[in-house]
Amino acid sequence: MKPEELPILADKEKALQASKTCRLLYCSSTACVASGSGAVKDGLTRALKDNPAGKAAALAQTGCMGLCSHGPMVRVEHADRPSTLYEYVNGEAAARIVADELAGQAPAAIAPESAGRVLPQDIPFFTRQTKVVLARAGVIDPERIEDYIAHDGYTALTRALGMTPEQVCDEIQRSGLRGRGGAGYPTGLKWQHVRSAAGDKKYVVANGDEGDPGAYMDRTLMEADPHSVLEGMIIAAYAVGAQQGFFYVRAEYPLAVKRLERAIRMATRQGLLGKNILGSEFSFEVDIRIGAGAFVCGEETALMASIEGQRGLPRMRPPYPAQSGLWGCPTLINNVETFGTITAIVNKGADWFHGIGTEKSKGTKIFALTGKLNNTGLIEVPMGITLREIVYDIGGGVAAGRSFKAAQTGGPSGGCIPAEHLDTPVDYESLKALGSIMGSGGLVVMDDTSSMPAVAKFFMEFCVDESCGKCVPCRVGTAQIQGILQKVVDGKAVQADIDRLERLCVTVQRTSLCGLGQSAPNPVISTLRYFRDEYEQMLGAAASARAEVSA
Amino acid sequence: MLIHSRAGAASAQQAKAALAADPRLKLVERAIKKFDARGDALLEVLSTAQEAFGYLSQDLMRYISLALHVPLARVFGVATFYHLFTFKPAGEHTCIVCLGTACYVKGAADIVSTLEGAYRVKAGQTTADGKLSLLVARCLGSCGLAPVAVMDGGVVGKETPGDAIGRVATLIGAIPEAQR
Repeated sequence: MKPEELPILADKEKALQASKTCRLLYCSSTACVASGSGAVKDGLTRALKDNPAGKAAALAQTGCMGLCSHGPMVRVEHADRPSTLYEYVNGEAAARIVADELAGQAPAAIAPESAGRVLPQDIPFFTRQTKVVLARAGVIDPERIEDYIAHDGYTALTRALGMTPEQVCDEIQRSGLRGRGGAGYPTGLKWQHVRSAAGDKKYVVANGDEGDPGAYMDRTLMEADPHSVLEGMIIAAYAVGAQQGFFYVRAEYPLAVKRLERAIRMATRQGLLGKNILGSEFSFEVDIRIGAGAFVCGEETALMASIEGQRGLPRMRPPYPAQSGLWGCPTLINNVETFGTITAIVNKGADWFHGIGTEKSKGTKIFALTGKLNNTGLIEVPMGITLREIVYDIGGGVAAGRSFKAAQTGGPSGGCIPAEHLDTPVDYESLKALGSIMGSGGLVVMDDTSSMPAVAKFFMEFCVDESCGKCVPCRVGTAQIQGILQKVVDGKAVQADIDRLERLCVTVQRTSLCGLGQSAPNPVISTLRYFRDEYEQMLGAAASARAEVSA
Repeated sequence: MLIHSRAGAASAQQAKAALAADPRLKLVERAIKKFDARGDALLEVLSTAQEAFGYLSQDLMRYISLALHVPLARVFGVATFYHLFTFKPAGEHTCIVCLGTACYVKGAADIVSTLEGAYRVKAGQTTADGKLSLLVARCLGSCGLAPVAVMDGGVVGKETPGDAIGRVATLIGAIPEAQR
């Protein structure tokens, strides 16, 4: 395909979509499939077939619409009026929705608790979000490249190919984008490193090994808008001079793999991937590698070992992957969400992106908002929004009338943030100052029924399981920490155990080889910092119990 | 490399002979061919083998070692490193309970202990009659529906211990073997 053919394809698809009286979109992401969107699809299909006006309407699947706990969701788009969103849809409700929509009437008044009721789109869950990366999620059919192209797809690639690789790197650097995998390294700078590294052969890797329990941003992005991640990756390859790319995706994400495979196939067919992309001199190929269930493979050096068919063991850095990565070649590794942000920056400009967020954290961040909240789902918010706004406005407050206790960010590498810090702006530096991390975007809210030492033990068990065993501090230290936490939870610990726990945490943090071990003590340290009384009460319980026995 | 010694070659021949009649080996052979029998395709080939056979037998690993020219020690090392691979046949039905953070906070541990008690099986193991494998996972990425379980491949959300017991009972009882 030539660059000038892209708008023609886009207009053709737009005309096709505009020719329909309405478009019925049902969510086909993993969460809604689990809630029964298969039956919704069948219900919609059957009702459209039975209705004489059905032929004039379109039916399409989309990726995540965001409010996963209210799924399955259906949205109906009209050319002449705002769209309508339906929640908790089932097969029967689907038939009713089709009947109403095709008759052009307002949705029938139904009991507030029934399936397929209308969900207003002006609620804070939607209005407080800023969709940049997820702009197309829940809007386009992720399995049709035409739909992506009709929504400005691959325009950023055309633009980037008209710039020099240096200019592309500069643009990303000026935007202030930082890595969305958790560490927050400046993306543009990383690209510059790989670009200026010596070597003819270079690689680009998209890290989709989203291992943090409680996080599913990358999964949703790959499922809902695979082409945007792919396009970001192609632009990155052009900027750094790479010829081959890999998607490294968890085995637990079969739908994401299927959609990426399809996206790669479709893009190759259209000449957007492969030899002489869009008629230029630039060629780039992409393959998918599927992880086999090892959390440590999210660490970049372990991930590369895994792509090479080895055990996923991390190694010392330097050399960094930018100098010596896959098979010893300079390699750019970015998180899936980072790649997903690129197209918006290239299209709208670095200055626009730079205008969103706080001084040091620019742009938006996707969070998987879960736990004891009224609204759980996937959200995208500008950096600098407060935790309070996320929990109470977007999340709708703590469920079942309980009270907020802590928000856990960063998974097993992060920490718990207590109620007194709810007004902290969410950015890389502020969360770090509170003893947690931004992490990849998992945000789990706990209510007053959660025991914090038990939560710390839960995360430590995870780290013991997932420690690769290469370095001693992590392999032995995490097991020892877990042992002490078990004692605490069992009410058998004494004050000296808590002191030992704290010392051990510092040792593991300072001496472990990779990020897994270095951050493994964080949940313990942060719960000790904010909820020490809970640990101490458990000591007290044991002591008084013993006193009773001896009495 | 041990595998190329005479003893190694002999056992590899035996491994191939033991598997020769198995039609599922075709899938593994296809994966090996797709990657031109490159050693760095070990993970992909092992994943295909795991999917085709349901577990990795010693014969299968010997066969892969020979086909990819990778030492058996590395095949075994890589296979045991990753959680996805198993070395014993799975039960007829599987129930995976997610123990990710969101599911944990919403009481997934109770689901596991209830099932453990009801079917006298430990998480990660298969019942004595081979009917049910009870497994736990670290986050299946459906946190919005926590707690989540996967029953024979179908994801179910907002589970309670009672729901889970009911579903597993249906799984084991009502699905005739012929349909599987």
